[in-house]
Amino acid sequence: MVKIKSKALGEVEVSEKQRIHFPDGILGFEFIKHYYLLDMGDSPFYSLQAEEEDEIAFILIQPELFVSDYKLVVPRSDLEALGIKQEDDLLDFAIVTIPENPEKMTANLQGPVIINRHSRIARQVISLNEKYHTKHAVLEALRQKQGEAD
Amino acid sequence: MLVLSRKANQSIMIGDSIEIQVVDIKGDQVKIGIDAPRSVTIHRKEVYVGIQDENRRAAKSTGSNVTGLSELFKKNDKHK
Repeated sequence: MVKIKSKALGEVEVSEKQRIHFPDGILGFEFIKHYYLLDMGDSPFYSLQAEEEDEIAFILIQPELFVSDYKLVVPRSDLEALGIKQEDDLLDFAIVTIPENPEKMTANLQGPVIINRHSRIARQVISLNEKYHTKHAVLEALRQKQGEAD
Repeated sequence: MLVLSRKANQSIMIGDSIEIQVVDIKGDQVKIGIDAPRSVTIHRKEVYVGIQDENRRAAKSTGSNVTGLSELFKKNDKHK
């Protein structure tokens, strides 16, 4: 275990298992190749904290939690690059943007972050599902999903 | 930027494994065919730039209160 400074949680202890390698970085942040995936306790959100860059972090959420009928469709080349052979090998997250009014938080379903859960190699990919864009209203989609479940 | 003139059905090679062909020209729209190894990712530039911009906005927003977010989410997730 090592101690790191994180933007979301302050100083936290992390293990090697939380260290995620992004060989190509995240679009716009290509210079950062390693992040720590931080669990935020009893929360649907995770923090993706850049290694050695305290001030750079992303909030992540699993799209299945708020999108009804979520389908990840990405180029096979991306899955091959990550060594993903079956759905079970991958973790799939959307990056969340929090505006001044957090009720209006949005998730980027067009550029999901995919992690090979065994090797912890990850990549931000571009979705081939044309339904998805960069700004899905999270709470609105969640309420809609709940409505359908009733 | 290298600029080349091409007619319909003519191609350009980039290295020895990427071929870009002008498939059709209609008015102000050009249809382009691309042959490339599977390891090369190909996207419309505006999609790529859109994701880059959204990432920058997302990185700025992460300072906000994380516990508050979680509560907001749970309040809307009435089945939990």
